[in-house]
Amino acid sequence: MASDGGESKLRTFVVTRFDPDKDQVPKTQSYQVPCRPDWKVLDALNFIKDEIDPTLSHRWSCRMAVCGSCGMNVDGEPKLTCKTSLADYGDTVEIAPLANFPIIRDLVIEMDGFMEKFKAVKPWIIAAKEKAAEEGTYEQSPEQLAAFKQFSMCINCMLCYAACPVVSKEPDFLGPAAIALGHRYNMDSRDEGASERNAVFRGDGTVFHCSYANECSEVCPKNVDPAAAVNQAKLNAVIDWATSFVVKRSR
Amino acid sequence: MTAPSPGTDVEVLRHDVIVVGGGAAGLRAAIAAVEADSKLTVALVSKVYPMRSHTVSAEGGAAAYVPGSDDSLEKHLYDTIKGSDFLADQDAAEFFVEQATGELTKLEHWGCPWSRKEDGSVATRPFGGMTVPRTWYAADKVGFHMLHTLFQHSMRFDRIVRYDEHFVTKLLVDEGACRGVVSIDVRTGALRVFLGRSVILATGGAGKCFPFTTNGTIKTGDGMALAYRAGVGLKDMEFVQYHPTGLPGTGILITEASRGEGGYVINSEGERFLVTRDYGVGQKAELGPRDMISRAEILEIEAGRGVKGPYGEYVLLDLRHLGEEKIMAKLPFVRELAKTYAGVDPVHEPIPIRPVVHYMMGGVDTDIRGATPVPGLYAAGETACVSMNGANRLGSNSLTECLVFGARAGREAVVYGRGAADGNEPRLVAEAKQEGARLEALRGRKKGGEKIAQIRREMQLSMERGCGVYRNQEAMHQTVAEMAQLRGRVADLALEDESRIFNTELLQALELANMVDVAEAVAIAAAARKESRGAHACRDYPKRNDAEYLHHSMVFFAPGGPRLDKKPVTIGRFQPEERKY
Repeated sequence: MASDGGESKLRTFVVTRFDPDKDQVPKTQSYQVPCRPDWKVLDALNFIKDEIDPTLSHRWSCRMAVCGSCGMNVDGEPKLTCKTSLADYGDTVEIAPLANFPIIRDLVIEMDGFMEKFKAVKPWIIAAKEKAAEEGTYEQSPEQLAAFKQFSMCINCMLCYAACPVVSKEPDFLGPAAIALGHRYNMDSRDEGASERNAVFRGDGTVFHCSYANECSEVCPKNVDPAAAVNQAKLNAVIDWATSFVVKRSR
Repeated sequence: MTAPSPGTDVEVLRHDVIVVGGGAAGLRAAIAAVEADSKLTVALVSKVYPMRSHTVSAEGGAAAYVPGSDDSLEKHLYDTIKGSDFLADQDAAEFFVEQATGELTKLEHWGCPWSRKEDGSVATRPFGGMTVPRTWYAADKVGFHMLHTLFQHSMRFDRIVRYDEHFVTKLLVDEGACRGVVSIDVRTGALRVFLGRSVILATGGAGKCFPFTTNGTIKTGDGMALAYRAGVGLKDMEFVQYHPTGLPGTGILITEASRGEGGYVINSEGERFLVTRDYGVGQKAELGPRDMISRAEILEIEAGRGVKGPYGEYVLLDLRHLGEEKIMAKLPFVRELAKTYAGVDPVHEPIPIRPVVHYMMGGVDTDIRGATPVPGLYAAGETACVSMNGANRLGSNSLTECLVFGARAGREAVVYGRGAADGNEPRLVAEAKQEGARLEALRGRKKGGEKIAQIRREMQLSMERGCGVYRNQEAMHQTVAEMAQLRGRVADLALEDESRIFNTELLQALELANMVDVAEAVAIAAAARKESRGAHACRDYPKRNDAEYLHHSMVFFAPGGPRLDKKPVTIGRFQPEERKY
């Protein structure tokens, strides 16, 4: 960030530090940072990295709330740090890695489990017959698009996993973002893979673990409303199961 | 696996094709490669998780002829070549327009949520420098949706093996051919060597060489620097695209689609200066090409018709007349960005904007197949200069370019690999170990007197002074001299972080070295081009000079400092003419 954004204010940042080579458990370290009034939380972290302590590790890239890299717990709540204004915080701000994930180092979490769940829901178009490019595009009306569009807006920032009370107790639970993603494809008029994904939804990481606390939708920085997706997915997974049962029995 | 050597363990991984970079071009290349051969495997090596790649930040759309519309391939070709100020290689541009529709259609089949017309066909919007609307879009998050669609589709293929958060530090070239890469596994700090028959660079641009850019922090020219040090020329590096609508302070992009949907650019007096004054954009007004509109904004500010703000002077983008409903339907992200990062709601107030570094027209020299002169080494997307963008890229051509030339590079890399022999593994591993020793010495070394942030800042400010929207010989030569000096100072970096685990200070040091090399190539090519063409506007030489400069610039790495050369432009159907709109 360039200079001259107005009068700066000194704030204290209490930041989680952890290097598995040296530390048994995470500790905290405090930094005093002169913050411009228009700064986001990420600006302060970058100031620490550049000017005070180059050994601090954190992830970030786009600084415009779309790459999903910079999710952290700010004063205990999961936030996208590039979108979170410091003006809404007090003189002391606590920055910790997202909850419910193992820590690799400092503010960097390990997301292998998330990536596996992400793939488990088969997030791609499943069609009985693949269309050739020469056949042109599918027809999809604005209404058909609207049926899934909201659930396609997830940036995989994982704030919802840090907020989810079920993820913290049931590590296998597919979780809000992965279910919303699977549901997004189920609702896409071009897709024919709903029964495959519904089987996943009923499997080990079952959608039925969701206690509908709605925390995921409250922390989502992109208004994806994963809680709505999970609820719809639950219902569809049941209907799909019941229908297959009826079809089998009637044969 | 190989035996560990003192201080450096090397893990060797083998795949047929190694793709470096997981954005649109890299993912498309990986998919094309596994589709071209049902047996081979691809290593997708990226310094970030693929969905973090900077493709994600592209907003406005992707260009391609829509069958049945009043567009044509010839129109798209002509617009692209004229937009390039006749420096594009016309064979590459022609291949691009021919392949564009098929590629965007494939993305549609893979699930991309393109915005639709009432009849269910894909919708298009007008874009700058295009004669007809041919820009496919998914509201104003096109890069985000394309990237996520490609990434999710790529997961179908178990033969695309991802190596997330691996930072590539060196290309392995042996007996004249590229046979692999050396990387740091960021999570563990371990040295991992990827050996294969071909390598595709798809690492994107280098906007972070400048202080004020739309680019994310990961855009440090890594692929360009890797190829450059391996002997491949960097082509047309002087052509740096300034996007006319960036938010002051942060540089965050406000999409050209805001003008495509009817937005006005106004000065402090509320005047639509692109309409009322002659800036060369003619009837196109706000839909003129980016280079011309960025220059017009600078001239308005110089004439005292800018608005003063805490981050310098700016002009305004006015969307108020579009109304809330249209803004929410077509430009919801623009509204979110303006509110969050400029404190302005475009429904009620104009958005402060100024020209901002956005895109590198130049890059790694490749032919129409995406092949560099080093056998086995390919490049695609913004990293590459194929060249279809010449001196100025048209908005919405770059996302499509990533698909068209990503796919081509992927297919060509497979064809090449069938005829190539495996490299000499002991020699390649020995070279990788040398690289490992260099990295080991760099990590956490206390000696040295310079901070990363300080050198980075000096480089960025020098590039802004010398290689801005308007340039002059004196300032460019000054920047050339400063880059040479900064290159020396990068060797004197002081690093404090000794940890092997997720050591981002070490990565920043390597990125800085990459940026300084790339920035120096930009400055040297700029100083040598004594004319004005496309995005290169030189005040000492305000006219285009085809007699002396209708050629690509080439910058080669050499031990004593960069060596400058040139290469002919491929002219096809369209002879150079005055570029007027």
